[in-house]
Amino acid sequence: MEGQRPPRSWNWVGILPFLLFSSAFLLGPAIILLVRSLQANEGGWTLGNYRQLIDPQVLEAYGLSVRISIVTAVVGGVFGFLLAWAIIYGGLPRVFRSLLTTFSGVASNFAGVPLAAAFIFTLGRIGMITALFGFFGIDLYDSDFSLYNFWGLTVVYMFFQFPLMVLTITPALEGLKKEWKEASENLGATSWQYWRHVALPVLMPSILGTIILLFGNAFGAHATAYALTGGTLRLATILIGAQISGDVLQNQGLGYAVAMGMVLIMGLSIGLYTILQRRAERWLA
Amino acid sequence: MAGVTVTAPPVVIETPPAIATPVRAGAGSKVLAWVIMLAGVLYFFAPLVATGERAFRAIGRTFSFEAFRRVITDPEFLRTFGESVINAVATIVVSLLVIVPTAYWVTLKVPKLRSIIEFITLLPFVIPAVVLVFGLIRMYSRPPLAILGSYGSTRIILICAYAALSFPYMYRSVDNGLRAINVRTLTEAAQSLGATWPTIVWRVIFPNLRVALLSGALLTFAIVIGELTVALYLGQHTFGPFMSNLVRNFVAEPAALTILSFAMTWGAMGFISYLTRRQPGKRRMRRRP
Repeated sequence: MEGQRPPRSWNWVGILPFLLFSSAFLLGPAIILLVRSLQANEGGWTLGNYRQLIDPQVLEAYGLSVRISIVTAVVGGVFGFLLAWAIIYGGLPRVFRSLLTTFSGVASNFAGVPLAAAFIFTLGRIGMITALFGFFGIDLYDSDFSLYNFWGLTVVYMFFQFPLMVLTITPALEGLKKEWKEASENLGATSWQYWRHVALPVLMPSILGTIILLFGNAFGAHATAYALTGGTLRLATILIGAQISGDVLQNQGLGYAVAMGMVLIMGLSIGLYTILQRRAERWLA
Repeated sequence: MAGVTVTAPPVVIETPPAIATPVRAGAGSKVLAWVIMLAGVLYFFAPLVATGERAFRAIGRTFSFEAFRRVITDPEFLRTFGESVINAVATIVVSLLVIVPTAYWVTLKVPKLRSIIEFITLLPFVIPAVVLVFGLIRMYSRPPLAILGSYGSTRIILICAYAALSFPYMYRSVDNGLRAINVRTLTEAAQSLGATWPTIVWRVIFPNLRVALLSGALLTFAIVIGELTVALYLGQHTFGPFMSNLVRNFVAEPAALTILSFAMTWGAMGFISYLTRRQPGKRRMRRRP
């Protein structure tokens, strides 16, 4: 090299097909919604659509989505963590380990219509478990429970929430170094003290990050809830679906703002997850 | 997720580590572990048992395949399922055609752009399917891009949307595959033997990525085959909407369909983990948006 600047590189052209495709089917649609959300129905730019997000219908839908996502993320996260702990450090036969990982791969992808159907046969009004409770004289539907309300959907969402936790947290649990355990034992720590003061603090960013990932996973879910309730349980995603089929908000602009609000919340949770995951890698890389 | 579920769903392909971690568990934690495992097994299998019960007892209380027979002879099932299979295959082809050359080119020529590409491929986790289809409808239903006029052209949009939704899985899979082989050496070797670019990609890179591509493809298939949200709002008569219409009738047919879907997902995931396990030393794939 003679110390000259190399000629301008045209290598970036190679990713042009990808950029065009993504613009047409991923970025473009999102940008269109963004632009429309910033336009008044009569024309001209406005933030009015976002100001109308305080509409009770919208707040209720967001509220329900947020509540269901938090509950399923926390409960699913804790139980998924315990399951992962049980197969790695619980002294269970090894066969459980590969079974659970494969099963988690299946279950975390088993959302949507078949999942809804499976739970209708289990916990619906004449489902198997409902009948089993009935046999013991307990009418599930006498209480607050119904498969088609908040608690029912929570139980159903768990089916893909735990497995995702198991899959994402297992590598972190496996990353705990044997030396840390040995060192704490040498210092006289009990198993509980080791988990409380060494393992859990190291794992905390991974656990929190994954719980946030689960939150997003539930927040963006539409098909399962739609198949289960036919759209009667107004989650944010269900509201957007209804807005697509027939302007239920009676305000096109507000519909776009609701959609962008979802994208914002999803973006925040994925961003937070990424940050926490990077933090986790400090110890567990 | 589904999680394109996806509904995003989402996904991880894990292989158990080759070396067993030595495990010492006290009696107390062993009992706890069994209790947790049992609770998990009960929760996971109850829906499958209940659905199986319904599916295999279509007539009276006797075991039979009647529900499955009725399902697979239902012309509506055959039509929608066939259409979804074709859509899934087309999605895989489109996704591979976009992702493989891009991932290859990025690895070889423009590694600086890797993070941008990665970011774009992860967008489906940020844009839920229902929002994506909303945007697609707004984008393609009026001039200059009024494509959603006919069923056939809408189907093309559906397939391309599915391909975009498969990017997180496909790119991750292909990228992991590329990192495991020495792309530069292989490319230079092929070039010095006089191979052209299409020949290199088709005859050198593709075959070396077989496992990665197959994993990505199977995952995409599992997600696309019963997808509901995008198909529903694009008015496509595919397998997802068909199942959705049947589900709330408490009859044996949807139970049979559920068992079939579960078997397909299980088959796809089982095959992936079989493929990955056969490849020692391959990096693990993680869903890590």
